[in-house]
Amino acid sequence: MIKTLRLVIHRDLLLALRRRADVANSLLFFVIVVSLFPFGVGPEASLLRAIAPGVLWVAALLAAMLALARMFAADYADGTLEQMLLAPAPLTVVVLGKIVAHWLLTGLPLVALSPVLALQFDVPADAIGVLVASLALGTPVLSLIGAIGAALTLGVRGAGVLTALLVLPLYIPVLILGAGAVDAAAAGLDASAHLMLLGALLLGAAACALWPVAAALRIAVE
Amino acid sequence: MTATMPPNANPGLRRLNAFRFSSPQTFYPLAGKILPYFAWAAVVLGAIGLYIGFFVAPTDAQQGEAYRIIFIHVPAAWMSMFIYVVMAFWAAMGLVFNTRLSAMMATALAPTGALFTFLALWTGALWGKPTWGAWWVWDARLTSELILLFLYLGFIALHSAIEDPRRADKAAGVLALVGVVNVPIIYFSVKWWNTLHQGASVSLTGAPTMAATMLAGMAVMALAFWMYAIAAALARVRSIILERERQSDWVHEYARSLK
Repeated sequence: MIKTLRLVIHRDLLLALRRRADVANSLLFFVIVVSLFPFGVGPEASLLRAIAPGVLWVAALLAAMLALARMFAADYADGTLEQMLLAPAPLTVVVLGKIVAHWLLTGLPLVALSPVLALQFDVPADAIGVLVASLALGTPVLSLIGAIGAALTLGVRGAGVLTALLVLPLYIPVLILGAGAVDAAAAGLDASAHLMLLGALLLGAAACALWPVAAALRIAVE
Repeated sequence: MTATMPPNANPGLRRLNAFRFSSPQTFYPLAGKILPYFAWAAVVLGAIGLYIGFFVAPTDAQQGEAYRIIFIHVPAAWMSMFIYVVMAFWAAMGLVFNTRLSAMMATALAPTGALFTFLALWTGALWGKPTWGAWWVWDARLTSELILLFLYLGFIALHSAIEDPRRADKAAGVLALVGVVNVPIIYFSVKWWNTLHQGASVSLTGAPTMAATMLAGMAVMALAFWMYAIAAALARVRSIILERERQSDWVHEYARSLK
């Protein structure tokens, strides 16, 4: 099973390496959305500092959501998904591999890039550390929950908008806890409670999200 | 011994009877027969509940007459959550036993649930203006009710986006189950985030903090809404059955008998 997992991750990373533009695009989207806010609300430093946690988190959430369509669509279109369903390896392991690869390609770059953007918003240094920690814990949850939406809308017309409609309400707890952690750190409070709850969400999602994804894939291919 | 046939002669047949109405063909006339009872119960209970609410219940010491919207608002909010659970239950039944009627029932419940959610939000806005001074506040209960509305709309949108009805049933069923797991998580996270809404006035464990007549009015209105929800779901499921089974013989026969 570990071998299957490694194989799926390796394959997806290799495919992404051959088409680097996809990964760069969603990262670029994240940067652009975050840079739009100062134009919208004005360049006042105190205001920007106050809205920075929410803006960064919402932008990260939207970027993660936009990247969801890529998770299964190509495999569905060329029939690879059908072969994965027929393979003797448990489908949940394959799904886990795909989610991990997806997070490495879309979530991890967001986490790595966020401190730079936080500096633009004049976020204090220790809050930046909490921001990185909260994104590192939160973005895998986004990939896990998002996989359910991506699998359910596979091959459906208007899948992009529909995925957003299905997944965004389920993202709200992650957003609240993630932005709350940075807010607390920026106000000089202890953010560990928020981070622990985010960790709990991650463990819960990792334990529960794989079966609905597998079920949805079976329904889609049927 | 005069009995010609022992009881329980054919347990298989008896078991078959228990599931008899799980087929759309047999459920369709049954639903048509019981529908008027639920509809009338809704009308009668609604009339009684509104009478209690408007004429019997005393005026609230703090909020005056404005509080009377509680007789619509609270039962609608209860039903919005209850219907989601019932919908998820039928969706689960449909996924587990692969019965068409269960999934049709879930589909039929979704618009009614969304309606009650909208009603709870709308009456909440009307109530919030005189008491809080704002149509909308970003409070925990309002926000989680809004998210519940999004979940209903997502269910309906997913179901209507998929052409094949069987696939639509299953995909929407998975979504309903994912939603039902998430509702408590969303509720608590939103609660930690912000809270202004008054606490629940009615709980099963403690003594209610309101007059008995108010509670009676709310209970009767909740029953009325419940009956309405059943009647509306039955009426809708009948239409869904006819639409989905339009290729089958019994629907053709039924259509001929109507002429």
